[in-house]
Amino acid sequence: MSIWEYANPKKFSETAARILPVVAPLSALTLLVGLIWGFFFTPDDYKQGATVKIIYLHVPSAMMAINAWGMMLVTSLVWLIRRHHVSALAARAAAPIGLAFTLIALVTGALWGQPMWGTWWAWDPRLTSFLILALFYLGYIALWQAVENPDTAADLTSVLCIVGSVFALLSRYAVNFWNQGLHQGASLSLDKEENVSDVFWLPLLVCIAGFILLFVSLVLLRTVTEIRLRRLAVIEARERVE
Amino acid sequence: MMPDLGKYAVPVLGSYGATLAILAVLIGVSVWRHARVKRALTEAEARRARAENGGK
Amino acid sequence: MIALLVRDLRLAIRAGGGFGLGLAFFLLVAVLVPLGVGPEGGLLAKIAPGILWVGALLACLLSLDRIFALDFEDGSLDLLATAPIPLEGVVAIKALAHWLVTGLPLTLAAPLLGVLLNLPLTGHGWLVLSLFLGTPALSVIGAFGAALTVGLKRGGLLLSLLVLPLYVPTLIFGAEVVKRGAAGLSVEAPLLLMSAITLGSAAALPFAAAAALRINLR
Repeated sequence: MSIWEYANPKKFSETAARILPVVAPLSALTLLVGLIWGFFFTPDDYKQGATVKIIYLHVPSAMMAINAWGMMLVTSLVWLIRRHHVSALAARAAAPIGLAFTLIALVTGALWGQPMWGTWWAWDPRLTSFLILALFYLGYIALWQAVENPDTAADLTSVLCIVGSVFALLSRYAVNFWNQGLHQGASLSLDKEENVSDVFWLPLLVCIAGFILLFVSLVLLRTVTEIRLRRLAVIEARERVE
Repeated sequence: MMPDLGKYAVPVLGSYGATLAILAVLIGVSVWRHARVKRALTEAEARRARAENGGK
Repeated sequence: MIALLVRDLRLAIRAGGGFGLGLAFFLLVAVLVPLGVGPEGGLLAKIAPGILWVGALLACLLSLDRIFALDFEDGSLDLLATAPIPLEGVVAIKALAHWLVTGLPLTLAAPLLGVLLNLPLTGHGWLVLSLFLGTPALSVIGAFGAALTVGLKRGGLLLSLLVLPLYVPTLIFGAEVVKRGAAGLSVEAPLLLMSAITLGSAAALPFAAAAALRINLR
C-alpha cells in the first residue's frame, strides 16, 4: 500500500467518491459551528470592538490562500518528477480555489482596515503581498487556459509554479523592505505571548479546520471533474477519428 | 439573538456577506461543472458502448 | 554562441521598429506623466524614480515576445534546440541580445528623462547604476516568460500577465535605490539586493526557460 496508488485516475476517482460524502458535510458542519460560535457567542475585543469577528474569516482564508499555492507547488513537482496526471490536474483544480481564498482575505482585510486604520487599502507589506499573490494565481490560471495540449499545459504551468514560488517569496521580502506597514504580526505564532486570547482562539481554530476541510473537499471534487473532462476529451477525439 | 455590533455592523456583516458570496460562487461553479461533465461523460460512454455493440 | 549574439543583434537592428519602439515608449511615458500630474517640480522630483523605473520596465515588456517568436515561426528555434550548443546557452545569449538592444539604451537615455522629471542631480548617477544593474534581470525574467508563451497565438497579453508579478522585486529595489540616492541616503542595501536578484536570475532562469522551450518544441 503506497500513496502512489492514488495516482491512478480510476483509483483516485473511486477513493474521492468514497471520501467526499464524508468530508464535504464535515466541512460544512465545522464551518457552520465555527462561524456561528465566532459570530454570535464571542465577546467584543476591548480595542477593536465588534470588528474582531472578521478574524474568523480573514485568518483562515489568508492561511489557506498561501497553503493552496504550497499544495500546487508540491503537486507540480510530483507531476514533473513522476508524471502522474492526477497530480497535475489537482494543481489545476486548486488554483481557482486559492484565488477565491486570496480574494476573501483581501476583501475582509479591506473591510476590517477601514474602521481600524481609517483606510480601505494601505500599501502595507502583507496587503501588497496578497495582491501580488492574486496576480500569480491569475497568471497561472490564464496559462492553463491558453495552452491547448493538456500535457504541455501541465508542464508549462508546473515550471511557472516553481519559478513563481521563488519570486513570490522574493516579493514578500522586497515589500517588507519597502514599507514597514500597519498590519499586525502573525496572529498564530507558536509562542503564546503574542497570541490572541483563548476566547477568540478556540472558535478560530474551528474555523481554520473548516476552511481546510472545505479546501480538501473542493480540491477532490474539482480534480475528479478534471479527470472526467480529460476522459471525455479522449472519447471525443476517438469518435472523430472513427 | 443578534449580537450588538454597534458602529461596526457594516464592516462585520459586509465581511461575512462577501465571504459567503465568494464561497457560494466557488462552490456553485465547482458543483455545477462537476455535474455537467459527469453527464456529458456518461452520455459519451453510452454512445461509445452502443457504437461498439453495433459494430460487432 | 558569439555568432548567435551577432546574428541576433544584426536582426534586431535591421528590423528596427520593434526595439526602437521601446525607447520611444520610455520617452513618451516620461513626457506624459508630467502632463498628467501637473508641472509641479517638487512633486515630479518625488515620483521621478518610480516613474522612470516603471517606464523602463514597461518599455522592456514591449519587445519581450520578439525574443523567441520570430525564431519560432521560421523554424530556426528548432535548429537551435538541436544545435551542439546547449539550449540554456541560447536562452542566455538571447536574453543578453535583448538587453543590449533595450536595457542598455534605456539606461543611457534615462538621465535625459530624469532631467525632464526634475530628478535631483544626486540621483542621476544612482539612476544609471540601478538601471544598468537591474535591467538585465528584466531581460532574463522576460526571456523566461517568452519561453513559456512562445507557441501561443495570442501570447502577448498573457506574457505581460505572467511576467509583471515576477518583476515586482526588481522594481521595488531598483526604484528604492534611486529614491534613496536622490535623497542622499545610503543605497547599499537595496543596491546589493537588486544585484543579487539580477545575478540569481541570470544564473538560474536560463535553465527554467530552456526547459519551457523544450516543452513547447516537443
